[in-house]
Amino acid sequence: MFKGEKILVVDDEQVILDAVSRIASAEGLSVDSETDAHSALKKLSQTEYSLIFCDIMMPQMDGFAFLDELQKRKIITPVIMITGYSTVENAVKSLYKGAIDFVPKPFTFEELNSSINRGIKFFRVQKVVEEAQVKNDKSSLLYVPGPPKYKRLGNLSWMNLKFEGVAVIGATDLFLETIEDLVNIEMMDIDEEIIQGDSCANLITNDELLHHFLSPISGRIIERNERLFSEINLLEKDPYFEGWIYKVIPSNIEYNLKYLVPFASDRA
Amino acid sequence: MMKIKQAFTKISLKLIFTVGIVTIAIISVFSFFSIQAQRNELLSQAEIYASKLSETIRNSTHLSMLENRSDQTHHIINTISQEPGLQEIRIFNKEGSIMFSSQKEFIGEMVDKNAEACYGCHTANEPLEKLPMEDRMRIYDSPQDSSRILGVINPIYNEPSCWEADCHVHDSDQKVLGVLDVKLSLKDVDAQIASSEFRSIIFAIIAIALLSLIIGIFVRRWVEKPVNELVNATEQVGTGNLNYEIKDLSSDELGLLAKSFNNMTHKLADARLQLFQSDKMASMGRLAAGVAHEINNPLTAVLTYSSFLLKRVTDSELQQDLKVIVRETKRSREIVKSLLDFARQSVPKKSNTSINEIISNAVAVVDNQLSMKHIKLEKNIEDNIPHFKIDSNQMQQVFINLLVNASDAVSERDGNISVSTKLTSLSPYGTLQIKNAVCGKRHSLMDEEIKIDGKPSIKLKLNKNGTEGFVNLDPTYGKNRDKFSIEFDSKDQIQISCPKCNISVVNKEKSCPVCKSIVYSFEVPPQGMFEGCINPKCEWQEWKYVDEAGVRDYVEIKISDNGSGISKEDLTRIFEPFYSTKGQKGTGLGLAVIWGIIDNHDGTINVESDLGNGTTFTILLPVAN
Repeated sequence: MFKGEKILVVDDEQVILDAVSRIASAEGLSVDSETDAHSALKKLSQTEYSLIFCDIMMPQMDGFAFLDELQKRKIITPVIMITGYSTVENAVKSLYKGAIDFVPKPFTFEELNSSINRGIKFFRVQKVVEEAQVKNDKSSLLYVPGPPKYKRLGNLSWMNLKFEGVAVIGATDLFLETIEDLVNIEMMDIDEEIIQGDSCANLITNDELLHHFLSPISGRIIERNERLFSEINLLEKDPYFEGWIYKVIPSNIEYNLKYLVPFASDRA
Repeated sequence: MMKIKQAFTKISLKLIFTVGIVTIAIISVFSFFSIQAQRNELLSQAEIYASKLSETIRNSTHLSMLENRSDQTHHIINTISQEPGLQEIRIFNKEGSIMFSSQKEFIGEMVDKNAEACYGCHTANEPLEKLPMEDRMRIYDSPQDSSRILGVINPIYNEPSCWEADCHVHDSDQKVLGVLDVKLSLKDVDAQIASSEFRSIIFAIIAIALLSLIIGIFVRRWVEKPVNELVNATEQVGTGNLNYEIKDLSSDELGLLAKSFNNMTHKLADARLQLFQSDKMASMGRLAAGVAHEINNPLTAVLTYSSFLLKRVTDSELQQDLKVIVRETKRSREIVKSLLDFARQSVPKKSNTSINEIISNAVAVVDNQLSMKHIKLEKNIEDNIPHFKIDSNQMQQVFINLLVNASDAVSERDGNISVSTKLTSLSPYGTLQIKNAVCGKRHSLMDEEIKIDGKPSIKLKLNKNGTEGFVNLDPTYGKNRDKFSIEFDSKDQIQISCPKCNISVVNKEKSCPVCKSIVYSFEVPPQGMFEGCINPKCEWQEWKYVDEAGVRDYVEIKISDNGSGISKEDLTRIFEPFYSTKGQKGTGLGLAVIWGIIDNHDGTINVESDLGNGTTFTILLPVAN
């Protein structure tokens, strides 16, 4: 499926590099690995990769500094963070700094696989957008950005704060683009607490992969979009309105807002 | 010497010493003057008696003298001298020649004018003719023995009858014809004086001793004992025992001091516990982060390879085995995560689950370990317990931990562990916890710093006639283990308000139906209003919202063992993070994590233990309707 795609794995622990390589190469990817961020940057200047897996806690240069460095060098290769110190803070910070996904260690084959899937697809979408920009072709719009007043967590989820103190949350079109053939959604129950950066719904695709939907804010679920159970297509059809997932009473909105990016800034 | 010096540094001894010295001084002075007065009194009595006697002799001998009947005079003198105590009666003439004497051998002898008896008149060898009464007396030591003698000189003056008498012995120009000298032994008087002196001294000694004793006893009781108790308490606190409390408080200043001392140590203990807790939490956070990072790498390898293998194998037996590896590695992952979650107090992931199933799974995990140690496990599971929202991973961790603890506590061979579940209905009164409370302006009244029974309390500000204080209400409905920082009783007019905005939380339309005291009232969102009596001695509380909802269903889970038990000191601390009685064997995280998990499920966990006879943990989890 991903024949010929090259990915780079950066982790200071050899066994992780081996494990990721083993799974990725089973999917037909060719894998390069590095045990520190500096050599990884060196590799990146020579070769183009479709996807980077990067640990957060590493000696010398950590994962966040690595993300900053990529941004500085204008490298568009999507990065997926993996870390043993899997707190939601780390997840949120990674996404805020431009990582497209966060996979907490230890992960299963399936979890890594679904993440690789989304990552490669993200790269492809990114590539097409870049080419379209070069050609100045606006007709081939691949994904729809959210309304300007909406705020997003990474490229995964969005949040719209209504005046009555209720927030509506949902998945971004870009995230949904990286998941093809949605067949089902698993949601949490009403009244349950969700945490920013923590998985609050699972999207299941045709190929039996399970994709975690990370919540953009923390709070208590007061309503969920029951229509999605019967009409899962709503998500892709109208991700920012009819395809909302939860209505939530935020519990720590000021803190959460620090890591959210308004869609308006994408248009400038 | 040092010992004496040390002894005098004691406040009670100083007090006793000072008071003793003052008492001795006062009583001595008093005794001295009283002895003196008595001595004078007795002497003057003796003197009066002597002078009267002397006068009597002079008068009775007067006639025989006139008639110059010396034998009669002798007779009178001899008769009178029979009187007890009278030593000698003598009459001598102007020249000093003894004319009459009760002791015949002295008659005719000359009196030495320098002798003591003569001092009164003959100090300058010149006879005085007139002698005042007080000078006629003299007291001198008897030359024969140690007794004293009182001498009274009575001059016999020349009277007309003397020179007109037929004998014509005396001329009319003579002033003094002779001297009557009466010597009275003071032996009896001295004995009386001595005995009265003796009595006074004995009285003084007894008084001093008694007073010192009484002062000693009272000083000991009211000063030394409380001071010693205070010193002891300070030493205890100094060595770190902040649970030490001074008992038997008196109502005096020392009692007040002890009371504020207790208050101080109490606050100190609270503060230390908070500090300790937060310190432990912080280090636990660091530890958890470190452990998580370290353990997650090997776990990643196990999980990826095993799940990858599971995907590829077709042999169903192999698949089954691999599934177990994947499942258990995933559980390890959740445990590590919950460790991190606990350190940051996050919410559990709950779903509708059967508590019995979780217990069965937990038992299955430790079953091997138990049978290896020949420990018997009894299960008393009630079947009709409804499913309710539980984080099954966390809850399984709770039971595994408790079972492992129990198996560590029991001895091999006759070890016995029993697990039971039971559906019970409990009234909210006495069980339900207030988790949120707000004043009229919607400020939170919850106080995370002062916890009662491990739960954040509700803090209200009190004002008693200008004296401000606080009360920390027990968050458990109906338990009333409130902590007051000021004292008052039901008669005092107390203002109760929100500590943040001072808005009154008194329900003015109501008074306590039990004791008529002031009623406080605040909202417990979203569970209506909560009311209670402010009187510390009254236990009236009302929470209509939950009372109306009636009894709540709980699952009661008991895990008991017949093991070594937990000592009283340990019992109060076992839910603290890093508190371990297992030494190197345990991390001390188990029960703290358990407590956190149960609390996150709105449940309670209690422990009862009998040292040497076993321990029972009782968990109550609310079954949501």
